Amino acid sequence: MSGLAAIQTSDIFGRLTWDAFKHDAIEASVGVGTLLLMVFLIVFLTYKKRWHWLWNEWLTSLDHKKIGIMYLIVSGSMLFKGIVDAAMMRAQQILSVGDSFGYLSAPHYQQIFTAHGTTMVFFVAMGFIAGIFNIIVPLQIGARDVAFPFLNSLSFWLFTVGVGLLMVSLMIGNFSGTGWVGYPPLSGLKYSPDVGVDYWIWSLQISGVGTLLTGINFFVTIFKMRCPGMTLMKMPMFIWAVLNTLVLIAFSFPILTATLGMLSLDRMLGMHFFTSDFGGNPMMYVNLIWAWGHPEVYILVLPAFGIFSEVVATFSSKRLFGYVSMVWAIAAITFLSFIVWLHHFFTMGAGPKVNAFFGIMTMVIAIPTGVKIFNWLFTMYRGRVQFTTPILWFLGFVIIFTIGGMDGVLMAVAPVDFQVHNSLFLIAHFHSVAIGGVLFGFFAGYTYWFPKIFGFKLDEKLGEYAFFCWFFGVLAAFIPLYVLGLMGATRRLDHYDASTGWFPLFAIAAFGVLLVLVGIGFQVHQLLYSIKHRRKNRDITGDPWNGRTLEWSTLSPPPFYNFAVIPQADARDAFWEMKKEGWKGRGDEPYEEIHMPKNSPLGVFIGGLSMALGFALVWHIFWLAALSLLAILACIIVRLSEEHTEYTLSASEMKRIEKEIEKRHHT
Amino acid sequence: MTAHPKKYPDPHHDVASNTIFGFWVYLMTDCVLFGALFATYAVLHNSTYGGPTAHELFNLPFSLAESLILLVSSFTCGMALVNAPNKPLRRILLWLGATFLLGAVFMGMELSEFRRLISEGNTWESNAFLSSYFTLIGTHGLHIIAGLMMLVVFAIQMVRRGLNPFILRRLTCLKMYWNFLYLIWIFTFTIVYLIGAK
Repeated sequence: MSGLAAIQTSDIFGRLTWDAFKHDAIEASVGVGTLLLMVFLIVFLTYKKRWHWLWNEWLTSLDHKKIGIMYLIVSGSMLFKGIVDAAMMRAQQILSVGDSFGYLSAPHYQQIFTAHGTTMVFFVAMGFIAGIFNIIVPLQIGARDVAFPFLNSLSFWLFTVGVGLLMVSLMIGNFSGTGWVGYPPLSGLKYSPDVGVDYWIWSLQISGVGTLLTGINFFVTIFKMRCPGMTLMKMPMFIWAVLNTLVLIAFSFPILTATLGMLSLDRMLGMHFFTSDFGGNPMMYVNLIWAWGHPEVYILVLPAFGIFSEVVATFSSKRLFGYVSMVWAIAAITFLSFIVWLHHFFTMGAGPKVNAFFGIMTMVIAIPTGVKIFNWLFTMYRGRVQFTTPILWFLGFVIIFTIGGMDGVLMAVAPVDFQVHNSLFLIAHFHSVAIGGVLFGFFAGYTYWFPKIFGFKLDEKLGEYAFFCWFFGVLAAFIPLYVLGLMGATRRLDHYDASTGWFPLFAIAAFGVLLVLVGIGFQVHQLLYSIKHRRKNRDITGDPWNGRTLEWSTLSPPPFYNFAVIPQADARDAFWEMKKEGWKGRGDEPYEEIHMPKNSPLGVFIGGLSMALGFALVWHIFWLAALSLLAILACIIVRLSEEHTEYTLSASEMKRIEKEIEKRHHT
Repeated sequence: MTAHPKKYPDPHHDVASNTIFGFWVYLMTDCVLFGALFATYAVLHNSTYGGPTAHELFNLPFSLAESLILLVSSFTCGMALVNAPNKPLRRILLWLGATFLLGAVFMGMELSEFRRLISEGNTWESNAFLSSYFTLIGTHGLHIIAGLMMLVVFAIQMVRRGLNPFILRRLTCLKMYWNFLYLIWIFTFTIVYLIGAK
């Protein structure tokens, strides 16, 4: 049906009918489980009379630390969902051999692998980086807030809407089954006529806008709000990594927006960008999505590199080796990441010259990455290394990431790639770098900054157990996949013949996933145990690890204004130098009055309306789409009309708060 | 006149320049968005699937008139803010009103061209070339509409509250936005209409 006709003839509920609510037993149980969890939360909050608190202290807060914590909560729960997806796929693969066809139908299996990739990349990894940017960046650059506090809240809510639409697709309708990058023509209207792909598009589109706004916000924050003395070459390495990540976000996310926009125009208005007839060009989509997608890979891993730089220097009690080379290595990666996208589809047949160029660029990008690995190792060399959990994550990263990185270089050779393209070898490669690099980095950062965020340390022993389960689990889950890939097993496989002899390797991989699940169990236990025994592990000094950067110079958790007095950074590792020069700690400094942002509910409202907008566009309920769009515009105009968005905290009030915290710490 | 520029004790906390710098960064991201659409147009502009080509469809003098109107609107928008803090409100409103009018005429011309094409049976559903044409020009048009809406909202705010620093900051952003849209139009005119007219 043509687009305009669809609009004119649409029913009041668009494409939404009762059939959308009908699911098979497995899908229904997930949906019902999610609903029950929500009902439980609502009842619990009502019973505890916590709605008011939740609304005022959290949902409408513009405090970057609180927004960061909310990101971490959403991203952590999504990690759980993504891992369950992964476990379901591996379970299917050991059950579906020869005459047996496993427990998942093919369409459901397709939705699971799509949801797994989408969840892990967009809602776990992107959520985690946004969360950690929020919490750490202003603290590390000695600022009281981000450049645009309201925009920050809005970004968070748009991100959450993306998560929300993904979850709604579990209950109403279905999710996309076309893989996490949704190649047309399969994702076009002709081959995927139902709402799955639309859910995928709008979920990414809305959360993508949130990411872009985060990118702009933190870019300005880093450029404009560093404390006095902190020149660019004195910034902590994490800030350098974040800054480059933000450049990547600013240059790549608009491409995603445009690409998904064109795909949805194909689907909604009957256009022919990527269809296989009427002159459409599906390969254009593949080029565009990877022109975003490859930088996206580095958007995820650069913050992890930044975290490792902090962790390694702190726990080796040594300054980071090769600071300047590290900065240039990050910048080189940032630049190169935009000219390697074609290595995702050497098999497109662009010709030997094009393939050779992109292959060589891909190999070249391994050089700055190698520089970074050696710099970290040289930082540890002759340092006084404390083998805390973050350092363990780092060592695990070096091993697994290097394995993944080296076979990445292998696949940069186009003829080799022709053999292993879309095989499990590729899956093993990018999971080695994504889990070994990104996730391990995040876990290192989580353990490292946890006391700064919450005021007490995580239990070390349980953290170690979790690490070893993860480390051996990931190896067990993915080393067999390299072998399977070379044997010819393709990705997204839901059934194979017994004569292939693949079963034992799939069984080892499934065992690896089980081990990872045990690791996650330890992490959940670690969190609960540490909360229960928080008094024992309390961090009174604000500097539990003998840290080097400014975030450790304030309290743990920091007061809402971060720093009573804006620090002065005269060197790299500013706090380390301050301590060397006999820093006396916080005292009766001459406080001054400051301005802090007031709470605003408009972020929540715009988020809710965007959710309605996304849902309406998925189901072609055009009146609702128009209505929510108008309401969003109204919210923006309301926000633009508010001129008193900040309040003043007087010097005497700040002194009172500081004294109060001091007193609390001594009891 | 209500609020004065706020005095911040910490010197690095300068809200106005943050906003303008942030808006620059936003414009650069928007530039990338248009870049993706231009790239797609460049790839698909010959994929007419047997339908008429750009040469047969577009009317160069008409697009030139559009371009000139937008150029003049860019000028009037710039004039609105010359010597702004000390300028009578009415003069600013006059220039902004002229900008709005020219922008609206431009938008009307764009829509009339769309109508002409569609009435001749050349819709965005006809082929890949027209899909990318309508999307590229339409995205620019949506930006113009957003700009016109901003103009109206800011003008109302200015009339109600006077020329305070908040309004000035917003108008500065609007001016940047409007000039940016003209810049994008230069590329559109060159790549779509001039090259297409060959």
